Amino acid sequence: MTATLTDPLALADAPLTRGRLGVAGQWAIAAVAVAVGLAVTLPFDGFKWGWALVVAAVTYIAVTYTVARVVEDRRQAADRVATAVMTTAFVIVLVPLASVTWTVIKNGAARFDLAFFTDDVKFTTAELAAQREGAKVGGASHAILGTLIVTGLATVFAVPFGLFTAIYLVEYGVKSRLARAITAMVDVMTGIPSIVAGLFAYALFELFFGPGTRSGLSAAVALTVLMTPVVVRSAEEMLRLVPNELREASYALGVPKWKTIVKVVIPTAIAGILTGITLAIARVIGETAPLLITAGVLDARNLNPFSGRMTTLPVYAYQYYQIPGTAKQAAYDRVWAAALTLVLIVGILFTLARVLATVLKPKGLK
Amino acid sequence: MNASDSNATVITKGNDTMTSAEPVAAPATAGTAAPSRAGHAIEAIDLDIYYSDFLAVQGVSMTIEPRSVTAFIGPSGCGKSTVLRSLNRMHEVIAGARVEGQVLLNGQDLYGAAVDPVAVRRKVGMVFQRPNPFPTMSIYDNVLAGFKLNTKKFKKADADALVEKSLRGANLWQEVKDRLDKPGSGLSGGQQQRLCIARAIAVSPDVLLMDEPCSALDPISTLAIEQLMLELKDNYTIVIVTHNMQQAARVSERTAFFNLEATGKPGKLVEMDDTKTIFANPREKATQDYVTGRFG
Amino acid sequence: MTTLESPLADTVDLRDQPVSKLGDRIFGGLSKGAGVMILVTLAAVAVFLIARARPALFTDVHDQNFFAYVGPLVFGTLLAALLALLIATPVAVAVALYITHYAPKALAQTLGYFVDLLAAIPSVVYGLWGITVFAPVVSRDVYPFLNDYFSWLPFFSGTASTSGRTMLTVAFVLAVMILPIITAISREVFRQTPRLHEEASLALGATRWEMIRQAVLPYGRSGVISGAMLGLGRALGETMAVAIILSPANGYFWSLITNQNSNTIAANIALKFPESTGIEINRLVATGLVLFVITFGVNALARRIANTGFNGAEG
Repeated sequence: MTATLTDPLALADAPLTRGRLGVAGQWAIAAVAVAVGLAVTLPFDGFKWGWALVVAAVTYIAVTYTVARVVEDRRQAADRVATAVMTTAFVIVLVPLASVTWTVIKNGAARFDLAFFTDDVKFTTAELAAQREGAKVGGASHAILGTLIVTGLATVFAVPFGLFTAIYLVEYGVKSRLARAITAMVDVMTGIPSIVAGLFAYALFELFFGPGTRSGLSAAVALTVLMTPVVVRSAEEMLRLVPNELREASYALGVPKWKTIVKVVIPTAIAGILTGITLAIARVIGETAPLLITAGVLDARNLNPFSGRMTTLPVYAYQYYQIPGTAKQAAYDRVWAAALTLVLIVGILFTLARVLATVLKPKGLK
Repeated sequence: MNASDSNATVITKGNDTMTSAEPVAAPATAGTAAPSRAGHAIEAIDLDIYYSDFLAVQGVSMTIEPRSVTAFIGPSGCGKSTVLRSLNRMHEVIAGARVEGQVLLNGQDLYGAAVDPVAVRRKVGMVFQRPNPFPTMSIYDNVLAGFKLNTKKFKKADADALVEKSLRGANLWQEVKDRLDKPGSGLSGGQQQRLCIARAIAVSPDVLLMDEPCSALDPISTLAIEQLMLELKDNYTIVIVTHNMQQAARVSERTAFFNLEATGKPGKLVEMDDTKTIFANPREKATQDYVTGRFG
Repeated sequence: MTTLESPLADTVDLRDQPVSKLGDRIFGGLSKGAGVMILVTLAAVAVFLIARARPALFTDVHDQNFFAYVGPLVFGTLLAALLALLIATPVAVAVALYITHYAPKALAQTLGYFVDLLAAIPSVVYGLWGITVFAPVVSRDVYPFLNDYFSWLPFFSGTASTSGRTMLTVAFVLAVMILPIITAISREVFRQTPRLHEEASLALGATRWEMIRQAVLPYGRSGVISGAMLGLGRALGETMAVAIILSPANGYFWSLITNQNSNTIAANIALKFPESTGIEINRLVATGLVLFVITFGVNALARRIANTGFNGAEG
């Protein structure tokens, strides 16, 4: 009995100290890895830094494991490899981010000028001639306006829609069957693919206005379907975070429920609600597919959302990439400038959301 | 511990010489004030503990007797938990925490240059204030959790034996032996804490640290754990932090009293002596005031 | 919360403010109305889609029945999305672990912000980048290599594309697009691992990686799976990146590196819709319906895992 219990199981008295792979050792391994990476890939023609880095990374991990295994022990080696893998993963993720940002800036800079923001692409013969000479003609002003109009309309629809639904879920209809049904349906709505929302809006307007109807309003409806669940979810979460004690204090003063909501609950939650709205806008402002089939493409300004096609920025970029026309490079330049504008807009919205969240948060809440 | 209880007696706890015939070392008798380096004594030498630049505990020098229960008492915030955590280098989990001075375990400095904290924690186990069995693991797996880290290959029979031995050692075997595959989180608070103790002793540590182990438990579970401590001390050196002076009086042979001069000042070891002495006629006035309930 | 006993205590519960005043009636009515509108909207979506799709479901368009038409599209949709999921999930989990447990605490928030930025980039921009930068690079450096050494696998057989407009390229770009979703949810879950369990692990003498395996990953498992499902849902519905990058053909194509690829439902609609009329449009709407059903199923599964999983984790 005693032999079984003491020998294999009683852990051998491991010494507290042992060799450690210090910082110097790690740098040494890194240097070796880089050397191997270069040595293995340089001889091939068409040398690429990418492959060299990949080989270096793999070598680093393999060598670290082996050396640590010998110098330290198996568990420490596994720990080091894990650390290396996590760090590598993070670096890998930064590469596409950097690449996309760099590409958009580099290519978009060519036409990031005043003409881009004021012109449209309805060219006169004189302008076409000038373009052939290399002049920077044509722009996306109509598309930018289109984006503002369509997204603006969608926001005007989605925010009250979403906010009131959230108010119902949190304040009025708590635990009712209707509330449960609504919550389930909001979940379903979050999952609607954007193109399907576009198909719905198209079908809806076709029923009332005939086949082939394109309008800014139709696009706004599609975007509303996409935005509303996002607004509902974030507003609901924010409203739930408001402590009940605040509501009770207001009721105890004789304030009716609706006024409590308007004057106490919403202002307390406003930071989160605004953040949610900003993020919802950021999400739909880059949508292309539903807009393609609802608002279509137009080469000039149309400020009337109720009738006629209306181009938006993402559709503009897509359209003129697929069909650049004869002056290809000029078209591509405009496409990239549009992409740059889009990325900037979304980036600003994202940052705005973050700023709102920190600045407007009432002190002492959460 | 009866000699006839074949499962429990002849277990050597991580001794360098693993002879099964080693007589059970005579426990340090109450009243011995002379520090001893035999067995698994811990000695702290001029220990300062910092959190970044803030000096939390200053100049602690003490000896902890092997195979005995030592209690750390003192008012809130006086640093007793901090000192406890420095004994297994758990305070390092907080970024910026560091130590100056030495902590010797059997003469080996735990803070030596080449010492790996991971190895230290295997030798010096810890039980926390709130029981924390791993929620996604069964009772069986919980007990083996620490053991599995060190040993990849083991026979099922050996593992079963270890689980039984550890659960018996924690006085939990009878209650859970029929549901070893149920989740650890399904037990009562007191049972969960005993499970954590079983988990800690499964890796055969030299020392068992307990940070207010009963403060989240009801009185009956508390009694059970205190009972357990008195049994465990035959095989382990136990250090317990407690807010409950009566508990310290019940379970410990030696007591260390920590105190702060004022808020913002570092905590200090005011007095350390046999428990009877600390409670009956302590040397320092602050100790006297604390144990008679004048403050704290 | 103690309410003072008052003579009115029996008649009025202060927390149950009566909803009888006019303001409340209007306001409450608006809220309820908005909620009901959600149900109406969803019903409308279902009704309209089914109504517009029905004609195409049971007749042959261009001598092809619906299922023969939508089959390859479903195949392409699933192939692209599942590949993207396979690529993105391990990387996303590793990045989430890095940000929550390896990166210096001070930097963690900023790093998370950068990863979130990936989600901000509109899909059309990803499409443009994919086809002008990523596809050429990968078709020059990676595909020939795969084609030379691994063509015995059906995935890498055939003639490697020189333009890079292949299923594998699309899968990589989709992976980049869904990674931020998976990472964000994983990060949240990993961050919430109770400190108590992490310390329990460390106190037993675990290394950092062992602690993660013992305490963090089991706790976060259902959250990660639910995040992955949400990412999958997003990948299934992605249109523009696929429409721009992929070079489509009719049929079932398993090879990932040639110019002949099964298209996805969404990209197919985007490409064909502007030029379609009559029953062709009905057919496209029908494929959209199929896509909706698929994404609905995936999202429902994600929610179920998220709900049951978290309850189990609370010990």
